[in-house]
Amino acid sequence: MSTIAVNAGGGIGNAAAADANASVRIAVRNLDFYYGDFRGLKDISLNFFDRQVTALIGPSGCGKSTLLRTFNRIYSLYPEQRATGEILLDGQNVLSSSIDVNELRARVGMVFQKPTPFPMSIYDNIAFGIRLYEKLPRGELDDRIEEALRKAALWDEVKDKLRQSGMGLSGGQQQRLCIARTIAQRPEVILLDEPTSALDPISTGKIEELIEQLRSEFTIVIVTHNMQQAARISQYTAFMYLGELVEFGPTAKMFMNPGKKQTQDYITGRFG
Amino acid sequence: MDTALQDKTIAAPAPWGRVRRSRYVADRALKIICVLFTVLGATVLGWILLMLLYRGFGALSPAVFTETTPGPGSEGGGIANAIVGSLIMTALGIIVATPIGVLAGTFLAEYGKGSKLAMVIRFVNDILLAAPSILIGLFVYMLMVQPMGGYSGWAGGVALAIIAVPVVVRATEDMLRLVPGSLREAGAALGAPMSTVIVKISWKAARAGMVTGVILATARIAGETAPLLFTALNNTFWFSPNLMGGVSNLPVTIYQFALAPYSNWQQLAWAGALIITLSILALSITARLLLRKDKVR
Amino acid sequence: MAVLSDEVVMSNMQTVRRRTSPGFDQGFRWASYGSALVVLAVLAGILGAMLYGGWPAFQEFGFSFITSSVWNVGEDQYGAWVAISGTLTSALIALVIGVPISIGIAIFLTQLCPPWLKRPVSTTIELLAAVPSIIYGMWGLFVFAPFFARFVQIPVSELVEGIPILGTIFYARVPSGVGMMTAGIILAIMIIPFIASIARDILDQIPTVLRESAYGIGCTTWEVVRYVLLPQAGVSIIGAIMLGLGRALGETMAVTFVIGNANRLSLSLFDPSSTIASRIANEFNEAAGMQMHALLALGCILFLVTFIVLMFARFLISRVQTH
Repeated sequence: MSTIAVNAGGGIGNAAAADANASVRIAVRNLDFYYGDFRGLKDISLNFFDRQVTALIGPSGCGKSTLLRTFNRIYSLYPEQRATGEILLDGQNVLSSSIDVNELRARVGMVFQKPTPFPMSIYDNIAFGIRLYEKLPRGELDDRIEEALRKAALWDEVKDKLRQSGMGLSGGQQQRLCIARTIAQRPEVILLDEPTSALDPISTGKIEELIEQLRSEFTIVIVTHNMQQAARISQYTAFMYLGELVEFGPTAKMFMNPGKKQTQDYITGRFG
Repeated sequence: MDTALQDKTIAAPAPWGRVRRSRYVADRALKIICVLFTVLGATVLGWILLMLLYRGFGALSPAVFTETTPGPGSEGGGIANAIVGSLIMTALGIIVATPIGVLAGTFLAEYGKGSKLAMVIRFVNDILLAAPSILIGLFVYMLMVQPMGGYSGWAGGVALAIIAVPVVVRATEDMLRLVPGSLREAGAALGAPMSTVIVKISWKAARAGMVTGVILATARIAGETAPLLFTALNNTFWFSPNLMGGVSNLPVTIYQFALAPYSNWQQLAWAGALIITLSILALSITARLLLRKDKVR
Repeated sequence: MAVLSDEVVMSNMQTVRRRTSPGFDQGFRWASYGSALVVLAVLAGILGAMLYGGWPAFQEFGFSFITSSVWNVGEDQYGAWVAISGTLTSALIALVIGVPISIGIAIFLTQLCPPWLKRPVSTTIELLAAVPSIIYGMWGLFVFAPFFARFVQIPVSELVEGIPILGTIFYARVPSGVGMMTAGIILAIMIIPFIASIARDILDQIPTVLRESAYGIGCTTWEVVRYVLLPQAGVSIIGAIMLGLGRALGETMAVTFVIGNANRLSLSLFDPSSTIASRIANEFNEAAGMQMHALLALGCILFLVTFIVLMFARFLISRVQTH
């Protein structure tokens, strides 16, 4: 496949280099986030580029997951949490009250740390999300499900047991099912919150390969605590610390030649 | 391959406003219905309590606590004998039930942990926990009242104990299971025999929860009526000190007086209902606070 | 070598240690074992007492004890059908009314309730479960029944009079407020706290991340609850309902107050009837001879029915918890 080393960084990873011409998909402007009185994010501003993988790294508690959870406003399930500032998705502020959060979440898909198959068949796990927003004839729906499963590299493994429960799959398969479920909705952006932290190395490898392929179609933001992973799969990297964005840039530059000492220390494993 | 995929996605993002109205109607309906049901539940509790307070306080007087239950057609009277009888039988029940319940719960959590027998007993205990209390009354009638030739406070106490035991067993087992195994191992490593480990370490660590269980069991049996109907029965005067013969008690008195045609009896029934409900709620709230304080600590 | 050193340690300990009496240790173990057996013995005792006491009635009337609706103390003829059908019908009414409300409350508490309100509402619902059943009975008879007669029975009876089927089921010949329907409603109120608090615990146990991922694909709360949370909770919710059913079947005092205690088979839900438990409560103290055997046989039937229901409930709930 196309996972050959392309970037000049050589040793640090084998992801494709950042595309300097990519347009901005998500623009974060002066974002603050509060858990009750605690300020979890402090004045964050950065851009996420179209069809690029951006990795959010930093020590635990630095706010990287919090930032991710603002993009689809999943935080709003908890009344004590709130965000101020702007998050522009294709120029539209998703924090505005006029935005329909349910539809927003269909446009900005999310995959979680642990695989979360719904208590229904493999087929319905994927059909469920599509049916929420589209009324498709049976044949077309079948095609969409096959397409999603193929893109998630799961089709060959499950095509004979689509009617079986999604809970019967292995952990890695379940996670790919969750990715298939997300991409079946044809979102614009996919958020991945440490998607491989609960998986074994082989499953992790498959998911990373998958992310690399999905990049050609979706804008991807991934939170990871694994710096090798960030280096392997992302084009851009944002390093966060204590709720602040310390540094943001093309992954190759961040890992080879970071601009700030904090970044350097974290990447070389001196803290965190 | 890349270009092919890219072509597909250049398509402009779908327009906003794809959410079908019916989805929001269903969502709104769910939320409204759930709120209504909760309000309904709270309203009924409020209604019951208010009625109790209103009619109960209206019927309260010093005589309620000092005089014995009046006979049919006589004026005034109190429910002193019923209150004392209830206290005695509830105490009797809990005194019998506590050691049995605690030891049985200890067996389930310590000695028999994981064994088939423990599984069966746990299952049976759970069934007893929810078994119809009137059947326990029938059982004790055949076990004690028939052989002893008459109703007695002892039989009432035993019937209440049978209801209390499963509550204590369950609470004891649940609390002992929360005690970390490492604590037990530490004790055993010092050379302490199992009984010492259980009494000095496990019980001590689980104390608050076990006390809570006993309090809740007391609250549960204090208001039980059905098991007393055929065991302690009731009467309208002071019972004999050896607790033989009918022993007056609050729940059965309330039951009989509430359905009676005399207005002073009905008044006393409301007074008794108020006393019993407030006592039980007080016990339940105490148990809750005790457990919460323990958790905070 | 290893054996040797072990022995050295052992003998050392014995010389140093103050010996706790092995008798106490053994005694404690046996006391604990014995107490656990008491629990078994009680259940066996209840079943045994019912079977022993009810046997003459089963022998005398045979299978027709269950199917016959005659209950005539004067002629010493006893049949359980009215009480059995009364027990089942009132419990069924309780479930039909109580289950949706309980689940609604559980959903409110776990999904919709603002955090500051969660504890007071939870506590209120749980305290509702602690109120003794006799209080529900008094409230039912003195407050709810008159209210029900005036605002439901009379208007509904007028409305349905003459209509086939409905005119039978919902027609009150004597709109006194007591009867099957009232008993069912009171039972519903009594089982709501049980089912609601268990269902709340079950819903609370579902991992947050599953709920978030359902919202994450754009579900509304209704869709999350209907398609993800309830199926996930699945059989243990049914277990909770069975537990409530067990309570409703065996509840005595509240029902005795409001069901009217009539031995009449009526198709109308507004008519007085009786349940197994209410009949035992009403008649047992004055019963002798065959009547007493018949009442114990009723108790035996009640025991078996609730035992099966509760067993089923426990099986469903435990299977999920060990999952």
